[in-house]
Amino acid sequence: MEKKNTAVVTVVGNDTIGIIARVSAALAHHEANILDISQTVLSGMFNMIMIVDISLSRFAQLSDELDALGKELGLQIRIQRSEIFDAMHRI
Amino acid sequence: MINTSEILQTVRMISEEKLDIRTITMGISLYECCHPDKQTLYHNVYDRITKQAEHLVETGEALEREFGIPIVNKRISVTPASLVAASCGDPIVVARAMDAAAKETGVNYIGGYTALVQKGMTKSDRALIASLPEALSTTERVCSSVNVASTRAGIDMDAVRLCGQAIKDIAEATKDTDASGCMKLVVFANAVEDNPFMAGAFHGPGEGDCCINVGISGPGVVKHALEKEAKDQPFDVVAETIKKTAFKITRVGQLIAREASARLGVPFGIVDLSLAPTPAMGDSVAHILEEMGLEVCGCHGTTAALALLNDAVKKGGVMASSHVGGLSGAFIPVSEDIGMINAAARGALSLEKLEAMTCVCSVGLDMIAVPGHTPASTIAAIIADEAAIGMVNSKTTAVRIIPAPGKDVGDEVEFGGLFGRAPIMRVSPYSAEQFIARGGRIPAPLQSLKN
Repeated sequence: MEKKNTAVVTVVGNDTIGIIARVSAALAHHEANILDISQTVLSGMFNMIMIVDISLSRFAQLSDELDALGKELGLQIRIQRSEIFDAMHRI
Repeated sequence: MINTSEILQTVRMISEEKLDIRTITMGISLYECCHPDKQTLYHNVYDRITKQAEHLVETGEALEREFGIPIVNKRISVTPASLVAASCGDPIVVARAMDAAAKETGVNYIGGYTALVQKGMTKSDRALIASLPEALSTTERVCSSVNVASTRAGIDMDAVRLCGQAIKDIAEATKDTDASGCMKLVVFANAVEDNPFMAGAFHGPGEGDCCINVGISGPGVVKHALEKEAKDQPFDVVAETIKKTAFKITRVGQLIAREASARLGVPFGIVDLSLAPTPAMGDSVAHILEEMGLEVCGCHGTTAALALLNDAVKKGGVMASSHVGGLSGAFIPVSEDIGMINAAARGALSLEKLEAMTCVCSVGLDMIAVPGHTPASTIAAIIADEAAIGMVNSKTTAVRIIPAPGKDVGDEVEFGGLFGRAPIMRVSPYSAEQFIARGGRIPAPLQSLKN
C-alpha cells in the first residue's frame, strides 16, 4: 500500500448552525485541504464525513483543535488516517 | 474510494463495539547482556531495554491518535531470564533490572522472567523457579512463565511439581493482595516464542535482536456481527460471519504493527489473532458463545461453540496478515470476562468444563481462582492435566491459577482493572500427592496412530 496523506473526519451530533463552517475553518487553519464532503441530517442528527489531504498539516495539532471544537459544539469529531479504512475494507 | 457505510462501520466498531489493539509488545533479546558479575548484568539489562524501548510508549500513543483506535497496552518481552542469568547464577538481578526498565520506559508489564524446562532443568532454571515468590512479590511489572512440557519432549514432572509449590508460595508471599502475584505467572505446555500477551510473553531463543508483535482484540465486534448478520441462521452463516469480522479486525492489527515497526525502526514480528476479553460489558468471549444459542457459557454445547469460534477467527485472520503467530485463538480467562464471571458465579461453569474448553481454544485454564487451602500437589496435578492436553494435541496450553489465601468456594477475589474479579471455583478434594511425588518425565507422545 502506498503511503497516503489523507484522513477521514467524521462528525456526529445534534444539528446546529455553522458546524461545517467551524470544522472547515479548523481544517483550513491547519492547512488541511478538503477533498470530499458528504453530509446528512436525519431526525435532527447531523452526520458528516470529510476526506481531507493532510500533507501540509501537523496531525497532533489538528487533532487537538478538532477535539476542542467537538467539546465546544457538543459533537463527536474524529480524525483518523484513511489507511485504517482501506485496511479494513479493501484487500 | 471508501464509501460512507464502510467509514461508519469502522467508527462504530471502535466507538461502540470496543474494537481495540490489545497490545503492542516489543520483543528484545538480552543475550548480549550476559555477564558473570551481578552489578554489570543488572546495568546491561537495564540499559539494553531502556535504550531499545525508549520511544515505544510515545509511538504507541501517536498511532492511537492518528488512526483513532485505542492501543490498550504497550509492553515489552525479553529473552528468558534463566538463560541470561545463567552466567551469574542469580536470576533475581534480571527481575529487578526488568522492573526498573519497565518503569523507566512507561510500559505496564514486562514479560520474560521465564524458564524453558520441558526436557530438563539447568541450575539457572531451578534458581529462577525457586526465586518466583520473591521476584513476583517484590517487583511490580515483571511477568513470568515456565514451559514445563512440549509435544516433542513430553512433560517434565519435576518442574510441574516445583511450579505447583511455587504458585502456593507466591500466593503466600502476596496474600495481602489476594495472591495477586499468581496473576503474573503462567505455566505453559508448547509455549510460543512470539506471544505478545501477558503474563506469558517472552522473546524466544529463536528470535532476532528485536521485533514488534501486536495482539488484537474485539470480542464485542464479533458478537455484534453475529447479532446483526447471523441471528437464528445455521452454523455455516455463523462461521462465515466470524471469519469476515476477524479479517477486518486483523487488518487493523496488521496496519498498526507495520506502522509501529516502521516508526520504531524495528522488524515486524507477528500479529496475534486473539479474541481477548476484558471485564467491561460488551467485551466478552462468553457472550459470543451465548449469542450462538447457549443459555449460559459452560452448559453442554460450549466446547463445540468455542471450537467453531476459535477456528473461524483463525481462518478469517490468516489472510489478513503477512505473519500470524503468538497464541492466536479465543482466550477464556475467567476473571477477565464478564460472561465467564457470571457463568462461574451461577455454578454453570466448572473447572472440568473449562479444561474441556481448553482442548479447542488457545491457551488454557486462565485467571482461575481456587480455594486457598488447595494443596500444592493438586495445583501441580491441574498443571499436569493441562500440559497433557497441550502435549497430545500439539497445541499451546497454560495454567494461570490463583489459590487465594483464606478464601473458599462462594467467595470472590477482586483483582481490579483489566484483571477483573473471579469467583472461587471448586477443585476436586481428592489427592494427587503420590502421583506428583513421583517426579521424572512423562514421555513424548506418538504422533501417528491418531485416535
